[in-house]
Amino acid sequence: MYAYDELDRTLINERVSEFRDQVKRRLSGELTEDEFKMLRLQNGVYLQLHAYMLRVAIPYGTLSSKQLRRLAHVARRYDRGYGHFTTRQNIQFNWIKLAELPDALADLAEVGIHAMQTSGNNTRNVTSDQWAGVAPGEIEDPRIWSELLRQYTTLHPEFSFLPRKFKFAITASAHDRAAIKVHDIGLRLHKNAEGETGFEVLVGGGLGRTPFIGKTIKPFVPGRDLLSYVEAILRVYNQYGRRDNIYKARIKILVHELGIEKFAQEVEQEWLATRDSALTLDDAVVEEIRSRFTYPAYEKLPHMPDELKKAAHDPDFETWRKNSVAPHKVPGYAIVTLSLKPVGGPPGDATADQMDAVADLADKYSFGEIRVGHEQNLALPHVARRDLPVLWRALDKVGLATPNVNLVTDIIACPGLDYCSLANARSIPIAQELTRRFANHDTANLIGRLHVNISGCINACGHHHVGHIGILGVEKNGEEFYQITIGGRADEHAAVGTLIGPAVPYGEVADVVEDIVEAYLALRERPDELFIDAVKRLGVEPFRERVYATR
Amino acid sequence: MPLVKNGKIATDTFVRVADDDPLPGDGAILISAARFLEDTEAVSRRLGKTGVIWPNNRDVDDLVPYLDRLAAVALVFPTFRDGRAYSQARLLRERHGYRGELRATGQVLRDQFMFMLRAGFDAFEVKKESDAVAFTSTAKRYSVFYQPTGDGRVTALHRRMQQRHSESAGR
Repeated sequence: MYAYDELDRTLINERVSEFRDQVKRRLSGELTEDEFKMLRLQNGVYLQLHAYMLRVAIPYGTLSSKQLRRLAHVARRYDRGYGHFTTRQNIQFNWIKLAELPDALADLAEVGIHAMQTSGNNTRNVTSDQWAGVAPGEIEDPRIWSELLRQYTTLHPEFSFLPRKFKFAITASAHDRAAIKVHDIGLRLHKNAEGETGFEVLVGGGLGRTPFIGKTIKPFVPGRDLLSYVEAILRVYNQYGRRDNIYKARIKILVHELGIEKFAQEVEQEWLATRDSALTLDDAVVEEIRSRFTYPAYEKLPHMPDELKKAAHDPDFETWRKNSVAPHKVPGYAIVTLSLKPVGGPPGDATADQMDAVADLADKYSFGEIRVGHEQNLALPHVARRDLPVLWRALDKVGLATPNVNLVTDIIACPGLDYCSLANARSIPIAQELTRRFANHDTANLIGRLHVNISGCINACGHHHVGHIGILGVEKNGEEFYQITIGGRADEHAAVGTLIGPAVPYGEVADVVEDIVEAYLALRERPDELFIDAVKRLGVEPFRERVYATR
Repeated sequence: MPLVKNGKIATDTFVRVADDDPLPGDGAILISAARFLEDTEAVSRRLGKTGVIWPNNRDVDDLVPYLDRLAAVALVFPTFRDGRAYSQARLLRERHGYRGELRATGQVLRDQFMFMLRAGFDAFEVKKESDAVAFTSTAKRYSVFYQPTGDGRVTALHRRMQQRHSESAGR
């Protein structure tokens, strides 16, 4: 955990008091809605279909139990008793009243949580691997750098009015769980030949209506130069990014229009003028941030304790363990994913009671720490393997032990037309129907790893482009239709999915997904050839044939 | 439109001269970049200070050779959502060492003051009277800053390092 100091606390309190003043000026009419809009967006406040929505940042996906309890409190006190975890390590509250927003933010500020820059045309919440600091084989904990970037990007005097939003993601593992290739800047921590730690910097990735996979702009930027290099990229973008057309304003379009070589030259030239500046991170500064991350005092524990041997006789436990428990870098410990995708539920939602329960379980079994992943699930990052059986029973009681992590029902979905004013079509009911179709765990397990991503409009908040199966809601003559893509992925082999054919009406989406899955089961070479690998080998044609033969 | 300079509402001593109007023989003037660049010598021969209104879509590099002759540079925020002039301001101050008046013009609202101060602006053509009146209190709203800029405000990282040093020295 990163511990806020007095300076961090002061800053978010100052931000809350500024926002309180802005809300007051809006309510009195001193600020027009046009003026207020940008100000509220910079504090994570959207105006949705039915109410204001507050998006709260969970930087690099790390929460303490105290912070999670406070999120539960906000859900209860200011909302309708639940929150929605998003694909970018944020939580959204959908029913907040404008006049109460400053109080909600003040309550959150007390535990070091803020909503700064969770929307608007600025640098957004810096995201990272939800297993950071605990995954085996990691270069080092990427959250140190994430926190440095969080501070650097917060209320930046030069980059708070960019052409468009700007998102960072960082990973330090060979397997990318942070989707860095679909971010405006993606950072991969690695060591160069001299053993020095630095970053491969990718730029210009993004989804939305024009999806691009990020391109490497520089294979190695030493850690000490990270901020100056990022500043050079942002400065080039701030000056030359398009502002004439909102749909062409992301950095990916600038990179695409200039070409990566030309863009890289511009950045390099800018960087050479700034690299040796106050932005240089000398070792002492990095150490100062590192020293405020605390790590659990792990015990020396057996890998195969008696509790686990005994529980292995319970097939339900074993199903869950095989699905939701991942190896930890410390022997005797495990990382446990808590699925927020129950059968028939909206993906990513958690009730206030569930949040409180998870906070209690984190205190008991995970050194008081919780993680949030971009797949809209939670994780307990430091669970002693001997505690797995008792944790499983406790999770099951509160509906958080659905053994479907990474399976077809572990669906990523945006809020869609049920909440969002931008949406063309519903997302949540499609997800709910799919979880019912594939409710049988044995079937889902037989299918294996399969990511279904659903967006209710072209803005792609449900990351449909990078779903193994992507579902995009569109509107045709006043009706909801859905385009289906396959073959997308968000990991280190990131790719944009391919459209399989004409859009299908709302009522047929679940049937189409079933057809695709059946085609896969019939076509796969062997049981462990994953869906995504089969699509790569076969192309979309056999799937297209299967889906449209009878339509 | 009130002008705030050095933290106070002030009288604007610069007169804006349109491109097709004759230049007055003396007195401080603010003219467009196009007019200035058309004949920099003629402008410089005048008695009286020169200020240039520099558009936000033109590289400040083109202005750099003349900076020592200028008493003011006015940068433009066509809307408060357009942040290009923040980069121009920092480049002028921090890279090119410009020390004259740096004026924010266009849609300049209270909620941008802090960003503008940090970017190096020291004069503000403020859109609303009430915002101009609130300048001093708004400028004091924040006491913690994460980024180093040329404004000299000490960053949080730096303050922490200083604290560390004084703690270890006291031990």
